[in-house]
Amino acid sequence: MVNTLIKIIKYQIHDIIRSKWILIYTIFFFAFSYSIFSFSDNFTKIVISLLNVTLLFIPLVSIIFGTIYLYNNKEYIVFMLSQPIKRETLYLGLYFGMAAPLILSFLFGAGIPFLIFVNKFTIDNPILFLLITSGILQTLIFSSLAFYITTINENKLLGLGVSIFFWLFFTAIYDGIILLLLNNFQDYPLEKISLALTFLNPIDLARVLLILKLDISALMGYTGAVFQKFFSNSFGIFISLIAMTLWFLIPLIAGLKKFIKKDF
Amino acid sequence: MIRIKNLYKSYGFVDALQNISLEIEKGSITYLIGPNASGKTTLIKLILGLIKPTKGEIFVNGIKLNGDYKYKEIIGYMPQVANFPENLIVKEIFNMLKELRNNNSDLDEELIESFGLEKEFDKQIKNLSGGTRQKLNASIAFMFNPEILILDEPTAGLDPLSCSILKEKIKKENQNGKTIIFTSHILSELEELATTFVFLLDGKIVLSKKKEEIKESNLEDVIISFMKGINGEHIN
Repeated sequence: MVNTLIKIIKYQIHDIIRSKWILIYTIFFFAFSYSIFSFSDNFTKIVISLLNVTLLFIPLVSIIFGTIYLYNNKEYIVFMLSQPIKRETLYLGLYFGMAAPLILSFLFGAGIPFLIFVNKFTIDNPILFLLITSGILQTLIFSSLAFYITTINENKLLGLGVSIFFWLFFTAIYDGIILLLLNNFQDYPLEKISLALTFLNPIDLARVLLILKLDISALMGYTGAVFQKFFSNSFGIFISLIAMTLWFLIPLIAGLKKFIKKDF
Repeated sequence: MIRIKNLYKSYGFVDALQNISLEIEKGSITYLIGPNASGKTTLIKLILGLIKPTKGEIFVNGIKLNGDYKYKEIIGYMPQVANFPENLIVKEIFNMLKELRNNNSDLDEELIESFGLEKEFDKQIKNLSGGTRQKLNASIAFMFNPEILILDEPTAGLDPLSCSILKEKIKKENQNGKTIIFTSHILSELEELATTFVFLLDGKIVLSKKKEEIKESNLEDVIISFMKGINGEHIN
């Protein structure tokens, strides 16, 4: 099974790295990181800027690209299912084969400018590690959401709409709801509730992760402060990494279960 | 070779197939005929395990289909519309399937040659014409020497020359003992090859006869009379 999985992933990567969208995505990361690195000497500031862009664009591109890719390759998927391949293997092969090029784009796009300017500032290795990890996890999370959405929706337009809504919800609407909640119920103790709400948003989780490490929780809003109050820094980081892993595993497994039972 | 017993398939309230029982013998060429949306593709997809029956059983080579994928090794499938990842080149598609099926020997590449597909080997899928895609599709179905060939509308989109190449190939493989099933919504060029005719209408088999059992000289007349008389008349 692992053997077949690797073969599917291999050809999947061959296909996607030749797509112009993946090239544009890489160039975007390159251009953005390059300009940030050349403007500033302060590593913390650079990381925060990179983080903000990462948390805006990686979810958007992963979920939209994933959704469109799956709908466009519907006939290919049906054909592959007629071959002697286990459905689980095909699904996971498609998933990792799609997420891998996106991750590589991010790593190369942001990594090359970093290597160019590597001597310019003192680097905090753990922070760098967390930035890379959250970029990878965000790709995995939003790709698995895309896979879940396309597996349960036959209608391309509806599926794409749901995907855009998910992205919009987690990047903007969610924060709005939290603010509204905190504002209206400020007389009540809301720390635990807002803590729980953070776990329900994968993008917030990544933000909290780096905020804790950078020790600037007070600058980055309410949830960051609450998080730091409840967990010690390293434990908080551990918890948010676990939560993000669950955020990609749960939709992935749910999608896989639907895929196995689905009529094509 | 393939035995279908009291098969039902419904999508919500719509019955796509109702009480289908069919025996497809080894070495036969079965022609599934029926108008659009009569259930031909649904039946094929059920045999391939792409969809699951609501009720009933299918046996391939004596093995009951239960979600296991191994039996697909002896099946070659040519779908109505096939598409592959658009940035891959033709050669890579062949290589991918060879790797996935763990099969590098005993390959039947005759169709690649007779269709002249070698000159398209370095082209990306997105640059192929509909007809070339269909040729690629057909070549893949025959490539692994499958015991059972399932061809869904195989001649749609093929030019007359390619059509006759495919026809010759079907004839040849059948002489080698292969079981072939093909579908069409119109009477196709392949009609004369068929040894068994199965006529589907609204998800039911209304006629299932061997070639020699059909007395009318013209199959077209039989089918037209069926389609005209289907409302209200009793059919055996």
